[in-house]
Amino acid sequence: MGQTVAEKIISAHADRPVTAGEFVVARVDAAMASDTTAPMAIRAFASMGGRKVWDPSRTVFVIDHAAPAPNERIANLHNLMRDFSRRQNCRLFEAGSGICHQLMIEHEIARPGSLVIGADSHTCTYGAVGAMGIGVGSTDLAAVLLTGKIWLRVPQSIRIVVDGALCPGVRSKDMILSVLRRTGIAGATYMAMEFNGNAVERLSLSERMTLANMTIEAGAKTGFVLPRGLRLPEDPAQILPDPDAIYTETLRLDGAAILPMVSPPHSPDQGVPVTQAAGIRIHYAFIGTCANGRLEDLQAAARILKGARVHPQTRLIIGPASRQVFLDALRDGTVEALTAAGAVFIPPGCGPCVGTHNGVPGDMENVISTGNRNFKGRMGNPLSSIYLASPETVAASAMQGCIADPRTFALEREPA
Amino acid sequence: MNEPLIQGRAHVYGDNVDTDAIIAGKYTKTLDAKSLARHVLEDLDPEFSRIVQPGDILVAGINFGCGSSREQAPLALKTAGVAAVAARSFARIFFRNAINIGLPVFELPLADIAAGDVLRIDLTSGKIENITRRALYQAAALPPVMTAILEAGGLVAYLRMHGDYSII
Repeated sequence: MGQTVAEKIISAHADRPVTAGEFVVARVDAAMASDTTAPMAIRAFASMGGRKVWDPSRTVFVIDHAAPAPNERIANLHNLMRDFSRRQNCRLFEAGSGICHQLMIEHEIARPGSLVIGADSHTCTYGAVGAMGIGVGSTDLAAVLLTGKIWLRVPQSIRIVVDGALCPGVRSKDMILSVLRRTGIAGATYMAMEFNGNAVERLSLSERMTLANMTIEAGAKTGFVLPRGLRLPEDPAQILPDPDAIYTETLRLDGAAILPMVSPPHSPDQGVPVTQAAGIRIHYAFIGTCANGRLEDLQAAARILKGARVHPQTRLIIGPASRQVFLDALRDGTVEALTAAGAVFIPPGCGPCVGTHNGVPGDMENVISTGNRNFKGRMGNPLSSIYLASPETVAASAMQGCIADPRTFALEREPA
Repeated sequence: MNEPLIQGRAHVYGDNVDTDAIIAGKYTKTLDAKSLARHVLEDLDPEFSRIVQPGDILVAGINFGCGSSREQAPLALKTAGVAAVAARSFARIFFRNAINIGLPVFELPLADIAAGDVLRIDLTSGKIENITRRALYQAAALPPVMTAILEAGGLVAYLRMHGDYSII
């Protein structure tokens, strides 16, 4: 019987062929935790009787969720991570290095075919390179640090096929918001999502990361973007599903019919075409996060805002996904164009997406964000409202001071 | 090992209670579980942390605990005194996290449970008795691996005991 990508990767890590529904103990290739989850994981590891982590070179800690530390309590938690990493000789990415998921892919720790367990729900992002990234909590992560293993239920898979070229001004963010509208917020719970089709094959790595990143917003355990069309520095063996693999469902979308989407408060599965939300006043626009804080995203915003100004009653905050993204955007003039337009850059990291610092919205304010979640209170204030959209839509809205259709601007863009 | 029988009053909430609603991100950066409990469910029900009693049972609709992987969410509930959560369905990371910290969770089909009803749960069989309404419900069985972890009192205790996974 044919296997899905999830079944193939778990089989390779459980040393026997597995099918959906089975329970297995699998070998883990890398483990990752952030400053939200690592302190509890370190404590749980000690409580389990752990002395040495199973493999320091495969253990990664990232200080990104509240970085640099906004107060003394968090500064001390960061020091707990630093001390543990030094003693155990594991990998630590300091504050300002970037968002954990961006770093795991930039540094090729999440590799095609690997099984990566991360104590962060957006670990599913690694499916953009054909890795199986599974999000867990701190105690599960501690167990990986102790044993190098994890127990898993082999997930069933849903296939999403998008054929047909995307229109100018439409991005993979609009694609995934359209998919979430179809699946709902729990439609893929416990499952793996596999993205396929010629519209997906044309996506860059950055855009694939946006797709895989938001599979958790349908409740998925993990998501894969099939590697057809993907160019990586090394060309590893591509893991593709067998032609007779079994799916619980196949969702088909016409790429050419996808419109720029906006997901209004307070759930990411409520997306509507931007035309239905246009005109809603925006106080605060944010470009960043593991969903859309990469060079292409910043460049897309700069194309719209170059030579223009952010609306006087709107503030625009930009959080690059990593130091590398920031450097690249500095070198090619993107940072200058956006800063001249009135944007404020914050250090590479999760920034305001998790509601800790770097731009918490005020009462009754509307935020438009390139992030992946708009739950009530997500950005630190339950009295604010968050709209999710692509970098183009966020940039256009920042300029207009209200939700705006980016196609008016994107159509003027020069060919790449 | 958890007590096999728990009894408490029900607090009833709707569908898709996300982890930001259970414990907001701004409160998660701490190792002090009591500070988590002070803010539990704050944006959904500001009264909850004041009225919850040890042994109370949370009842909810579909997809309870969706969103973030923060284990602070089940820990905040447990520290506040919640003895178990019964929901129509759970988000998977929350479900694992709850079992891992020794908070019993039950998948329960639609049941006529109202706020204030007194429930008695048999942790071993998953039978839930609504004493107020004289009704009996049956929760879905946990997979054996999760039963073993929950019976040990959580994953820390399980691994302290076994040193490795020996359950599959």
